[in-house]
Amino acid sequence: MTVLRESSGRSLHMACIALAMLVAVTACSREGEPTDLPATGKVVVQNTGSDTMVNLAQWWAEQYAELVPAVSVEVSGGGSGTGIAALINGTADIANCSRQMEPEEIRKAQQNTGQDPQEFVVGYDALAVYVHRDNPLNEINLEQLAEIYGEDGRIDKWSQLGIENTACKSDELIRVSRQSNSGTYYYFRAALLGKERDFRLGSRDLHGSKDVVELVGRTPCAIGYSGMGYTNDRVKMLKIARKTGEPAYGPAIETALDGSYPIARPLYMYTLGRPSKETRKYLQWIYSDAGQAIVEETGFVPLPEKESKKASARLEKVE
Amino acid sequence: MEDRRRFGFISELLIEWIIRLCGISAIVFVFGIFFFVFREGSGFLFHKLNIVEFFTSPEWYPSSVSHKRYGVLALIAGTCSVTALAMLIAVPFGLGAAIFVSEFCGPKLKETFKIVIELLAAIPSVVWGFIGLTLMNELIIELFDAPIGLTVLNGGVILALMSVPVIVSIGEDALKAVPDSYREAAEALGATHWQMTYKVLLPAAKNGLLAAVLLGVARAVGETMAVLMATGHAVTIPHSLLDSVRTLTATIAAELGEAPVHSDHYQVLFLIGVLLFTITFVVNITADLIVKGIRRE
Amino acid sequence: MDYPSKTMKQEPVRGSENLFAQTPFVRRKKRTEWVARSVFLLMALLMVCPLIFIVCYLFYKALPILSLDFLLANPARGMRAGGIWAPFVGTIYLIVISLLVSAPIGVLAAIYLNEYARDNWLTRFINLAVVNLAGVPSIVHALFGLGAFVLFAQMGRSVLAASLTLAIMTLPVIIASTRESLGSVPMAFREACWNVGATRWQTIRQIVLPNSVSGILTGIILQVSRAAGETAPIMFTGAVFYKAIPEGAIFAYGLFDQCMALSMHLFTITTQVPGVPEALPYGIAIVLVGTVLLVNAVSIVFRVAFRSRKKW
Repeated sequence: MTVLRESSGRSLHMACIALAMLVAVTACSREGEPTDLPATGKVVVQNTGSDTMVNLAQWWAEQYAELVPAVSVEVSGGGSGTGIAALINGTADIANCSRQMEPEEIRKAQQNTGQDPQEFVVGYDALAVYVHRDNPLNEINLEQLAEIYGEDGRIDKWSQLGIENTACKSDELIRVSRQSNSGTYYYFRAALLGKERDFRLGSRDLHGSKDVVELVGRTPCAIGYSGMGYTNDRVKMLKIARKTGEPAYGPAIETALDGSYPIARPLYMYTLGRPSKETRKYLQWIYSDAGQAIVEETGFVPLPEKESKKASARLEKVE
Repeated sequence: MEDRRRFGFISELLIEWIIRLCGISAIVFVFGIFFFVFREGSGFLFHKLNIVEFFTSPEWYPSSVSHKRYGVLALIAGTCSVTALAMLIAVPFGLGAAIFVSEFCGPKLKETFKIVIELLAAIPSVVWGFIGLTLMNELIIELFDAPIGLTVLNGGVILALMSVPVIVSIGEDALKAVPDSYREAAEALGATHWQMTYKVLLPAAKNGLLAAVLLGVARAVGETMAVLMATGHAVTIPHSLLDSVRTLTATIAAELGEAPVHSDHYQVLFLIGVLLFTITFVVNITADLIVKGIRRE
Repeated sequence: MDYPSKTMKQEPVRGSENLFAQTPFVRRKKRTEWVARSVFLLMALLMVCPLIFIVCYLFYKALPILSLDFLLANPARGMRAGGIWAPFVGTIYLIVISLLVSAPIGVLAAIYLNEYARDNWLTRFINLAVVNLAGVPSIVHALFGLGAFVLFAQMGRSVLAASLTLAIMTLPVIIASTRESLGSVPMAFREACWNVGATRWQTIRQIVLPNSVSGILTGIILQVSRAAGETAPIMFTGAVFYKAIPEGAIFAYGLFDQCMALSMHLFTITTQVPGVPEALPYGIAIVLVGTVLLVNAVSIVFRVAFRSRKKW
């Protein structure tokens, strides 16, 4: 019996040993901690957070990888809340946030890690309200938006907004929103409803910024909000006024920067305390012309030159 | 010679123990899953959870600044509606296909069908979700003149296509398990194939077929990515097939990445996971007991 | 004697001319039979047509972007162009590592259940556990992976954590299919071995396993498609939105790095990346479906080939 299958037994053993060696090799090729000293010459920068900023972050990472192949930036989404949580846990080097850190989050970070989060503004985002391109509505104000989206709001139909939405046969106002922990959701709610009121249930809460625009583009009865950079040719962005009677402005670089567009917000990147050398170089590159050009290309608002130079200089000082 | 025999004896014992260990690994993993999922959510469960509100309130506001509410009624309604629609479609067609494959076709055709059903089962759920998001979405908008195509109908049809392979393969097993003597007796009495199937086989295999349906239900309840992308993700109790809903699974998938670890929201999501695990556990055990029931006969 | 001659016309027996003709009752039975058969055929076809339609539709829509370059190039221009090399390599990593873990455990567990286990409460328990493990929703697997591997075992989000989660997911089917193929080896083989004095493990290793290798391999190969296609378990345990790896590199990910994966890539491209050319997500979908179908086809060929070589 043993003679019969001896060879197959031995080859099985050899195969096992070979596989074990393979696993050992791959396991040793890269170490776990982010920003550790490179084992094979690659530094990993963990960049987590805002879904609004994830495409921007990914494009930055892609370009930076071509410039500096020794540094690998890993980008994940998950929402501003996740980025901040990862920062607090120490698992991310840079957290992308489309909203500011709350004071209690800052406190938790100080408690957990003993370091202060450092805030860097890397661009601006004008949050646009999208409707289908065949929708005759062109402008809207914040109060009407609050009545549409807020809990106990009373606007359910397009006719209540004073227009006749010919593209929408049922006159039903379909609200498209984001999922509840996205920074966009958070910011839109704060801008429209303040801290006391919540969104109305029953809106279609989609996963990504792009989803919202795609859905609105296919649905003449829909209204949705998303970053300005996600526009396509099947939707149009409404002009927004703060109150009835005030002039309405459309989302654009100028209106976002001079404050006339009511729902524009800065985009933040946070690090814990003094960023490491590679992280600092990455941030400086983001502030450079090349980095800010990508901001504009992805549809966000790049920093005015003065501001980016000031921020870059501040990074040097953080030495 | 002595050494070799002793070595053989010890190594045999060792191997036997490794095998035994692997054997109980399944139990270890099932309990492990329940334990770890429960552990992450237990803090909230024991200290802050209002069970009545949890199960009966349709208001799901986990990230409200001022007024957090954790009611999953709308989510349960979402899961139930999509699963019910999926079963309404999948059960008759699945059982019909199972009957066809096991009774009414020749061996070559049977092989082909079984291969096709297997391939249908192999399509990844994210691809199904993608199809729901693109193809089915447009189809529903056109066919039903609906304002939006990401609805219960969309999710239900996709889930039906995903559960059919389960129903067909287990149903076919159940029909195959009916002893040949039943068939021969019926034929001897002059019954046609259809009469034999309808009057003899189906009643005889009804336990197995019921188990097949239950396992299809478990599959539909547990599906995540396809419903995440295809049902429109609205927290509301549906009033028609063309309403958007959100299922329990999609809620976890969508919100887990964004909930800070160990926060209340995070723990509630794990509790929903416990709920899901319990539902599928109960369904699976019921199906297993039903099948065991026939074997004991 | 009055024998009927061959030239005499044969008169049929009275009443027999209608013995095998169809009565209305028989005709009705046959018609119901035909109706039933066609209805069921239709139902079966309705299940088959979607598969063919879907594959053709995906292929047709993906055609503009499919090329060898698509497979070998990294995502570029904000993932709006270029190829899918990084996610493809990541998926392969996940498949290989998860099967490396689940195949041995699954096969050994099946050997236990089929060869060693007695018919007692423990065995019933294990069977129940296997069935339940198979039915656990994929998102609960994700929660488990997050709680056990990422947090408790402190692996962090990594290829290892994601692979282990996938391993637990693919375990039950490997156990079930291995049991089936072990069970198909006739008892006579084992008895012959025992009769000549072989121990249980010797019997298994020398006779039972080699004769059921085809079934075992089939089960393992089938799980490749499951490991490749699942998104939820890897979303929270190790898959990442983007990671730059050198193009064409095979050993690009370490065990504790995060990785991109095809299924996750399809999800993020569809839901989060704007301005993507229409064919790109279809291309990813068809690569996924194509890989899965190819792997299944290989396992089917395997199965058929080995069945014809079986000597019993």
